Amino acid sequence: MTDSAQVNSRHPRRIFFGLRPVARKEFTHILRDPSTLFFALLIPILQLFLFGYAVDTNVRQVPTVIFDESHTQQSRSLIQAFAASDIFQISTYVQSEAQMYATMRSGRARVAIRIPYDYARNLQLGTSATVLVLVDGSDSSIAGITVDASTGVALEQSLARIPGLTSQPIEVRPSVLYNPATRSANFFIPGLIAILLQMMIILLIALSLVRERERGTLEQLKMTPIAPLGLMVGKMIPYGALAFGELCIILTLMRFIFQVPIHGSLILLLFMSVPFLLTVLGIGLIISTRAHTQAEAFQLAMGTILPSVFLSGYIFQISNMPAFFRGVSAIIPATYYIQVIRGIVLRGAGFSDLWLNALILTLMGSAAILTAAYAFVKQNAV
Amino acid sequence: MSGDTLTPPREAPLAPRAVVINAEHLTIRFGDVTAVDDVSFHLDRGELFGFLGPNGSGKTTIIRALCGLIPLTSGDATILGMDVRKHAPDIKQHVGYMSQKFGLYEDLTVEENLNFYAAAYGLAPAAIKPRINELLDLTSLHPYFTRRVSQLSGGWKQRLALACAIIHAPEVVFLDEPTAGIDPVARRSLWDLFFQLSGQGVTFFVTTHYMDEAERCGRLGYIYMSKLIALGSVADLQKLPDANPPNTSRLELEAQAFQAPAISALLPRLRQFPGVREATIFGRAIHALVDTASIDPLHTAFPQLTIRTIEPSLEDIFVTLTYHIMAEQK
Repeated sequence: MTDSAQVNSRHPRRIFFGLRPVARKEFTHILRDPSTLFFALLIPILQLFLFGYAVDTNVRQVPTVIFDESHTQQSRSLIQAFAASDIFQISTYVQSEAQMYATMRSGRARVAIRIPYDYARNLQLGTSATVLVLVDGSDSSIAGITVDASTGVALEQSLARIPGLTSQPIEVRPSVLYNPATRSANFFIPGLIAILLQMMIILLIALSLVRERERGTLEQLKMTPIAPLGLMVGKMIPYGALAFGELCIILTLMRFIFQVPIHGSLILLLFMSVPFLLTVLGIGLIISTRAHTQAEAFQLAMGTILPSVFLSGYIFQISNMPAFFRGVSAIIPATYYIQVIRGIVLRGAGFSDLWLNALILTLMGSAAILTAAYAFVKQNAV
Repeated sequence: MSGDTLTPPREAPLAPRAVVINAEHLTIRFGDVTAVDDVSFHLDRGELFGFLGPNGSGKTTIIRALCGLIPLTSGDATILGMDVRKHAPDIKQHVGYMSQKFGLYEDLTVEENLNFYAAAYGLAPAAIKPRINELLDLTSLHPYFTRRVSQLSGGWKQRLALACAIIHAPEVVFLDEPTAGIDPVARRSLWDLFFQLSGQGVTFFVTTHYMDEAERCGRLGYIYMSKLIALGSVADLQKLPDANPPNTSRLELEAQAFQAPAISALLPRLRQFPGVREATIFGRAIHALVDTASIDPLHTAFPQLTIRTIEPSLEDIFVTLTYHIMAEQK
């Protein structure tokens, strides 16, 4: 048997053995299966349009009901002042308190303004005139902004009544950097890119390995000398390439359809996307070692999406979260990648601002891939 | 040629009776479950060894352990002199594996499947084409070369699976229920291929549930409840004491006219008859294992049947052995 031993010794045990055939085969699978290609490329684009147009967190034109008991010139000028701000949109006038509450309860108005019958008289007497502003608290963002806006209107009207005052004693001149129009799209679309890429990659790669398990080809692969890392990385290359292509498409759409300018370096953005793509590819592989059926893989993949949507800073500010959730968000890869995209796209940040994020993502990616390979090897024993 | 190149193994001069697989006191446990319990056997070069046993008895586990996929709890196993504990990656270069699940990519063509497995086993690029042509000749798959696997029938898929499993010219081939679910003609021609290869010195380890396939094998092993309870040629097994308990005879009781319904009606009565240990229907006849002393009373009780002694069939042997073990465990 020494002969076979010699044959073997000429065959190096490379840790990436089998990478090329696996990658080539996987490319063929992708190209041959139009539904996968469709799913991979078109669905995220559709979602981009859906979310890109639908998500607008700026509060504007809130339907407002007016109950004016005063019916004076003064009360009408106050209503004018409310209507002039972009926040309130006077939708209904009512003649009784009951009607006012009914309008709020039914949701036809989010804000109710009640001007009492003695409003004009109190103004003239110089005593404090009160106006009741009711705000629907069931939507917290609307409530906060409308309360602030109504206080602002009142303040402005009060100052205007001080004789001889031509300019405000203190004037704040706010200037919004990086997103001067405060467009929601500028804020959300860069974050959405991370979420869409993550969803697409995790699903595709997890399903591709689980499919092999379901069909019995994985069993066959394990009998070949293909190394676990050869298989894993071989699968990652085609799906990574697909994701990179998708990233370029989405960035193009973001720039030219949604008109979100990229202030920083596009090259840096593409370069810093690689560690994120590797991380989510690794997570997909870990899922594939846990799931036995495609349905199970699908559910696990969706399970990773939810925390990434809510705890990564994509929608809610991380600094506002309780300590526990801040901790969770610190271990979510999308958190770091969203900071990278927003930094580069919105603020024109450079590598010196973002190198830590790149480092963390690289470490997470390596850990995920090695965990997946280890889990895969352990699995042989079952 | 690159360092990955596989040298065709049959260049080496072979000893006439080289031991190819050697398993000694193989035991595999998963937690508290003993999947393989103290199993020992060896296979010589060019042998076609049949491995039988009920589902879940440990057949596939042994194959996986011999390929180095599962760690041995205790015992030793070598393939081609290589220890399965230490040389799993090397062993895979010399071992082919085919299961009833085919292991083929249905959306790829015959050509793409062969190319993939050739590269997966590290064949040198220059060696791939000639080797594929050789296998297409062997399996007559030439006309289907550019077809997708999903368009092939079960028999052709299985031939392709075999071609993929032996693309690296392995010296040992494990076949895990290779013919499950394919038609008899395809089954026979697949077995012809096995014999052809085994004639060239390839060693086959085949698991099966089909008794006719088992009878084709040179030697057989029967595993039950994780233990190897019989090992040898068909003739060896027929002589096993446990398969032929002392003072018993194996009988065939045949209805004289065509009375198949009558036969099945007789079976429960026969099973109740004193001295009858086993009875089962074979076509128009009943095969029974009875105490030799009960043969005469049987003649009297069932005058309508012709009774003669027979050699036990493989199935008879395995059933008797299984009952024997079950009785021992009680």
